[in-house]
Amino acid sequence: MELFWYIALITMLTIYVILDGYDFGAGIIYLFFAKKEKDKKAIMNAIGPFWDANEVWLVAGGGVLFFTFPKLYAAAFSGFYLPLIMILWLIILRAIGIELRAQIDNKLWHIIWDKTFGVASLLLALFFGIALGNIVRGVNLGGVVDGVSAYEPHYFFLPLWNPSFSPHAETLGVIDWFTLLLGLIGVISLTIHGAGWIIFKTNSDLNARLKRLIFRLNIVLLVLSLFSLLVWGSIVPNPFGNFINHPLLFIFPLLTAVGIAGLFKIQGFKKDWNGFLFSTLFLIGGLVSTVVAIFPKFLPSTNKINPSLTLHNTSAGHYGLSVGMSWFIFGIILVIGYLIFQYRVFSGKLDDIGYSEKH
Amino acid sequence: MEDMLFYDRLQFAFTISFHYLFPVLTMGLSLIIVYFKWKYLRTKEEKYNKIAKFWMRIFGVNFAIGVVTGIPMEFQFGTNWAKFSEMTGGVIGQTLAMEGVLSFFLESSFIGIFLFGEKLVGQKVHFLSAILVFLGTWLSGLFIMATNAWMQHPVGFTTLENGNFVLSGFSELFTNPWLVPAYLHNQTAAVVTASFVVTAVGAFYLLNKQHQEYGKIFVKTGVIFGLISSVIVAFPTGDWNAKNVVKYQPITFAAMEGVFETQSTDGEIVLIGQPNMKTMSLDNKLAVPGVLSFLTYRNFDTEIKGLNEYPKKDWPTNVPGLYYAYHIMVGLGTLFIGLFFIAIILLWRKKLYQTKWVLWSLLILSPFSYVTNITGWYVAELGRQPWLVYGLLPTSAGGSPTVSSGNTLFTLLGFVGLYFLLGLLFLILVGKIIFKGPETQK
Ligand code: HDD
Ligand code: HEM
Ligand code: HEM
Repeated sequence: MELFWYIALITMLTIYVILDGYDFGAGIIYLFFAKKEKDKKAIMNAIGPFWDANEVWLVAGGGVLFFTFPKLYAAAFSGFYLPLIMILWLIILRAIGIELRAQIDNKLWHIIWDKTFGVASLLLALFFGIALGNIVRGVNLGGVVDGVSAYEPHYFFLPLWNPSFSPHAETLGVIDWFTLLLGLIGVISLTIHGAGWIIFKTNSDLNARLKRLIFRLNIVLLVLSLFSLLVWGSIVPNPFGNFINHPLLFIFPLLTAVGIAGLFKIQGFKKDWNGFLFSTLFLIGGLVSTVVAIFPKFLPSTNKINPSLTLHNTSAGHYGLSVGMSWFIFGIILVIGYLIFQYRVFSGKLDDIGYSEKH
Repeated sequence: MEDMLFYDRLQFAFTISFHYLFPVLTMGLSLIIVYFKWKYLRTKEEKYNKIAKFWMRIFGVNFAIGVVTGIPMEFQFGTNWAKFSEMTGGVIGQTLAMEGVLSFFLESSFIGIFLFGEKLVGQKVHFLSAILVFLGTWLSGLFIMATNAWMQHPVGFTTLENGNFVLSGFSELFTNPWLVPAYLHNQTAAVVTASFVVTAVGAFYLLNKQHQEYGKIFVKTGVIFGLISSVIVAFPTGDWNAKNVVKYQPITFAAMEGVFETQSTDGEIVLIGQPNMKTMSLDNKLAVPGVLSFLTYRNFDTEIKGLNEYPKKDWPTNVPGLYYAYHIMVGLGTLFIGLFFIAIILLWRKKLYQTKWVLWSLLILSPFSYVTNITGWYVAELGRQPWLVYGLLPTSAGGSPTVSSGNTLFTLLGFVGLYFLLGLLFLILVGKIIFKGPETQK
C-alpha cells in the first residue's frame, strides 16, 4: 500500500517536472534569447494554454503528499520553510508575468513582465534542482547538537545557507556546493527541455538557433552530470546499492544516457518533437534514478540518533490509504482524458492561436 | 510560543482572506457565464456571446489570481501548521488531495479551452467547457468545505495512541451534518457576490450613459440572480447554519449573539450594541425580545445559554470580533434582500433603468458583498477558536515546532507586499476591461 502511494507520488512529481519543466525552460529561453516581439509571442503562445494545468501537478502532488505521508509533509514543509515560501513567491510572480503581460500594450509594461517571467522561471529551475539535492543529501533530523535532539525526532529546520557552503558541515544549509550543482543541472536540463518544446510547438525564427544552443548546453549537461556522479559517493553512502540489488532499476540511469546521447543529434532530427522527447527521457531517468537511489528513504537523516524518514514511518492510516486508492485511480484516468483532449485541441504549431489578441 | 502562533495566525488569516476574494467570484460568475452562453446558443443573438466573452475575460484575470493565491494555502498547512498537518493529515489530507486530483485538473484543463479554444472547438464544446469549469469550481468548493466542516465538527475518525487522527469512515466526511448547510450557504453567497458584480457593472454603464444596451441586460440578469440567491442565503441556508452552531458549538453561538447572561424565556435579538469585555455586557443595546429564540429554536420560550454558563477558557478567543463579524454579515444580508426586492419590483414596473438612486445603491453596495463573505468566514473561524479541530486539538498545539516567529513575520511581510501588488494589478486590469465594454469582444 505505501509502495503504491510512493510510486504514485514519484510519478506525479516526475510528470510535474516534465510538464512545468518545459514552461520554466521556455521562460529561460525567453529571458535570454527572445528579442523580437514576434518570437516572444510565439513562446507565450506555446505555453499559454498549458502552464496553469501543468502547475496543478504540483498542487495535486502536494495534496497527495499531505494525505498519504502526513508526517513527511509536516516535517519537510516546516523544515524547508524559507525556500518553500520563496518558491511560492516566485510561482506567483511568474504566473502574473505570463497572464498580465498581454493585457496592456505598453513597452514599459512589457519589459517589467518579460523580466519577471524570465527571472522567476530561471530561479525556479535552480531552486527545484537545489531541492532535489537537499533530499539526496539529507538533513539533521531532530536538530541534533552534541548527541541531543532539539525537537521531536522527525522535525528539523534549515537556514538558507551556512557560511562554509559544505554538504558535510555540522549545521547544514539549503544551499551548499552539492545542492548548487544539482541546481545548475536543473537549470541546464530545463533550458534544453524548454527549447525542445518551443521547437516542437512553434515555427519561430529562433528554432535553428535553439538547436545549436541545445547542442552546446548538452555538452555542459554531460560534464556536470558526470561530475555529480563522481561526487555522489561522498554524499550518499553506498549510492548504487539499490541498483545492484535490483538490476532492473538500471533502466533509469540508462534513460538518462539515452536522453543525453539523443540530444547530441538534435541538428539532424527531421521531426520537431524529437528534441523534446530526448530531454524528457533525460529528466525521467535523472529524477527517478536519484530518488530510487535513496529508497526506501524520503529524507535521510545525517545524524546517527534519529532515523531517516521513510515511506514506512511517515505514512497515514491503512484504511485511509486504501479508500483513497479508488478515487485516486478514477481521478487519474479522468486527468489523462483531459490531458489528451487538451493537447489535441491545441495540437500543432501555436504561433498564431490568437491567444494574445483575446487577452 | 504564543508570540510565534500570533504571526502564524495572522499570516493564515491574511492569505486566506485575500485568496477567498477571488474564488468567491469564480464560483458565482462561472454559473452566470454558463447562463449567458446558454442564452446565446438558444437565441443565437451575437450580443449574448459577446457578453459571455466579456465576463470570461474578467473571469480569466480573477481565476489567475485565485490560483496563485491558492497555492500558498495548500503549502501553508505544512509550513506553518506542521503539528496540525501531522496529526490530521490522515483525515483531511484526504479531502484536500481529492480537491487537487478531482477538481483542480478539471478546472485548469478546461479553462484553457474555455478562454482560448472557442474557434478551435466550436460552440457546443465551448458551452460544455463552460459547464465543466463551473462544475470544477463548485467541486473545489465542496472539498474545501468538507475539510473545513471536519475541523468544525470532526466525524469519521479514530484517535491513535500518539494522539494522531486517522480516518475510519470515508463517507462520513461527506455526510457530516455540518457540511451540507455550510456548503449550500457558502455557494449561494458566492452567487450573491457574482450577481452584485454583474449588476454593478450594468448600473455603472447605465449611470455613465455608456454601453447602455449591455448595461440593461447586466442589471436585469444581476438583480434576478441576486434576489433569488440572497433570499436563499438567509433562509433556509443561513438559518440552518445557525442551528448547527447552536447544536454543536453552543458557546460560539452565545458569543456570536453577544449573550453574556443566560436568557430564560424570551431570547432577544440584538440589533445594535457593543460588547464590553470588562463589564461582560453589551453597551448601547437595541434589541427586539423574543426573536432570537424563535429563529433558532422555533419556539418562543426556550432558554438561550449565555457565556456565563461556560468556563472562560472555553470561550472563543475574540468575542467582540466574532460578535461584530456575525452582525455585519446578517445586517448586510438583510439589506441585500431588501434592495434586490425593490429592484425587482421596479424591473417589473419597467422603471428600474431610470431609477437612479436604486442603481447607485446597487453600485455602491456591491463591494459589501465581499465584506459579507469575509465576515462570514470570520464567524466560522473565530467561532472555532480556541480549537483548531473543534473539541480535539487546541490551536496552541498545532504550530510548526521548528519555525521561529522571526521567520514567520518575514514571510508575512512578504505576502503583504506581494498581495498588495496583486490587488492593485487586478483592479487596474479589470477596470480596463470594464471601461472598454463588451462590444469590442471579438
Ligand atoms: C453574501 C454573503 C453572505 C450573506 C449575505 C450571509 N452569509 Fe452567512 N456566511 C457566509 C456568507 C454570507 C459565508 C462566507 O459563506 C460563510 C462562512 C462559512 C460558511 O459556511 O459560510 C457564512 C457563515 C455563516 C454562519 C457560520 C457558520 C459557522 O459558524 O461555521 C452562520 C451562522 C451564518 N452564516 C448565518 C447567516 C445568516 C442567518 C444570514 C442572514 C442574512 C447570513 N449568514 C448571510
Ligand atoms: C475564505 C475562507 C476563510 C477565511 C476568511 C478564514 C479565516 C481565518 C481566520 C481569520 C483565521 C484566524 C483565526 C484565529 O486565529 O483567531 C483562520 C485560521 C485558520 N483557518 Fe480559516 N478561513 C477560511 C477558510 C478556511 C478553510 C476552508 C480551512 C480548512 C481547510 C481553514 C483552516 C484554517 C486553519 C488551519 C487556521 C489556522 C489555525 C487557527 O488560527 O485557527 N480556513 N482562518
Ligand atoms: C485553507 C483553505 C484553502 C486552500 C488550501 C485552497 C487551495 C487552493 C489552491 C491550491 C487553488 C489553486 C488551484 C489551481 O491550481 O487550479 C485554489 C483555487 C480555488 N479555491 Fe481555494 N483554497 C482554500 C480556500 C478556499 C475556499 C474557502 C474556497 C471556497 C469555498 C476555495 C475555492 C477555490 C476555488 C473555486 C478555486 C479555483 C480558482 C479560483 O477560483 O480562483 N478555496 N485554492
